[in-house]
Amino acid sequence: MQDLTVGIAQLHDWLKSGDVTSLDLVAASFARIGAIDSAVQAFLTVTEEAALVRAKENAGKTPDGILDGIPFALKDNMATRGVKTTCGSRILEEYIPPYSATVMDRLDAAGGVLVGKLNMDEFAMGSSTENSGFFPTRNPWNLGTVPGGSSGGAAAAVASGMVPYALGSDTGGSIRQPAAYCGVVGLKPTYGRVSRYGLVAYASSLDQIGPLTRTVEDAALVLQAIAGYDHRDSTSVNLPVPDYMTALTGDIRGLRIGLPKDYFAHDMDAGMRKVMDAAMEVLRGLGAELVEVELPHTEYALSAYYLIAPAEASSNLARYDGVRYGFRAKDAENLLDMYNKTRSRGFGTEVKRRILIGTYALSSGYYDAYYKRAQQVRTLIRRDFETAFERVDLVFAPTAPTTAFKLGEKTSDPLTMYLSDIYTIPVNLAGLPAISVPCGLIDGMPAGLQLIGRMFDEATVLRAAHAYEQATEWTGKRPQAIGGQA
Amino acid sequence: MSLSKKDVEYVAALARLHVTEVEKEALSAELSRILEYAGELKKLDLAGVEPTSHVGVTQTVVRKDEPRASLPLATVLANAPDAEEDQFKVPAILEG
Repeated sequence: MQDLTVGIAQLHDWLKSGDVTSLDLVAASFARIGAIDSAVQAFLTVTEEAALVRAKENAGKTPDGILDGIPFALKDNMATRGVKTTCGSRILEEYIPPYSATVMDRLDAAGGVLVGKLNMDEFAMGSSTENSGFFPTRNPWNLGTVPGGSSGGAAAAVASGMVPYALGSDTGGSIRQPAAYCGVVGLKPTYGRVSRYGLVAYASSLDQIGPLTRTVEDAALVLQAIAGYDHRDSTSVNLPVPDYMTALTGDIRGLRIGLPKDYFAHDMDAGMRKVMDAAMEVLRGLGAELVEVELPHTEYALSAYYLIAPAEASSNLARYDGVRYGFRAKDAENLLDMYNKTRSRGFGTEVKRRILIGTYALSSGYYDAYYKRAQQVRTLIRRDFETAFERVDLVFAPTAPTTAFKLGEKTSDPLTMYLSDIYTIPVNLAGLPAISVPCGLIDGMPAGLQLIGRMFDEATVLRAAHAYEQATEWTGKRPQAIGGQA
Repeated sequence: MSLSKKDVEYVAALARLHVTEVEKEALSAELSRILEYAGELKKLDLAGVEPTSHVGVTQTVVRKDEPRASLPLATVLANAPDAEEDQFKVPAILEG
């Protein structure tokens, strides 16, 4: 059985040589899912029948492009024609989209084979995947800990070798934080770089789709396939997409990397500080110049985010009213009662909480005090980064304050859960591209370092992350808990 | 800022959510804490700062006004909990 953790280029070489077929790779994916997903619980839906049909079509054919014939999976908030798309919510439990997201169409056109849909916090609201309306996913490194979230299923599936890569979405850290917790690479592209057509909307001014992969090279390859303008998403930007592979030179001599003193001044976890210090040394050793920068409004980012995102969500989620998306409460007395009952039964606790916060922040009399103020703070956070990028090419930070926490540890207090996104949220508010790369183990659990770039400069983000990865041995490590070797 | 049970009831009605007495109790405490945290923003002097509503590139998106194929009605209505005569059906709004 083929090992799906060897990297996309290796899988492609195998297919090209003819020794391995797409069917072998797809079968390997389902075999791995069958062997370990009862423990990890990364998948909500497995599309075995369709995947095998598609893989057989590919039989005996030389792969056209780098992703041709290679299996992948999608977070369950991306629409897949004919395949249930639940967004981790009971309210969409029966919803089968009549169309596919643009990212799905692009991967399909590139020859990719969809093997299933991945678990997530309901409507992408959460940082642990415990808010899934169906079941929690577990971290393959330690099944008693969370995989992070909201793209927890995607991170866990890639980390445990069930798929070579997956797509997630990132509104406040939902690709990068689970990637860090599960020891894989996670890239949030610039706002507008990847089409969101067919992505179930959470907070539309922040949401972005990106890859979770085993290596930085794989992240570059997948981004290449999904990036670019789409007439069906008016926020996707009509700019040329550079060749990301040519950015991976391994050379970062003279690159200026900013260390935000506002991130490192806080009482950082001792283990995290140690791996961050070690990572800085590696980057210096590679010839990068590390410069202190200031992001003075960082402490307000979380407050601003937890008004802006719920406000947008309260509006976006108004459409789930029991009319068009499958689920409807059955015993309604009239139309209003039907709305109330459908939404109250279909949405989980955290989703209701955010809808209520958002509705409140937008309601008459409170709009200026909360929502507008949050948007003004957003301006200040954006300017902080603009000022920093006058002096540096990238900003360096931990991806998350700690490694993965235990299941149930933070479910009773929403605010503590929110704090796990403190280093990722400012990046979404500013719309910037950022990557999380594995940078060490703390007590046996993976930690991630984050590199944040200028708008549309994914190339520099990827170049530095790749150089770091090549100089260390953290990437590609495999969790022992599910039969890998660390 | 704290949110009373009555406030929760009011906001829930705006959001078309039904909350039970027990939920009201918990939500009023949780939402108050979140709003208190959000209240941190009041410490900042924001006079003259423009709000940012989005960080996208400002671009005008236009296309030719040409008809394109839509999805077949049956496909669109396949997710309807209730449908009749090619329309989504909802419970009666008016009596009689």
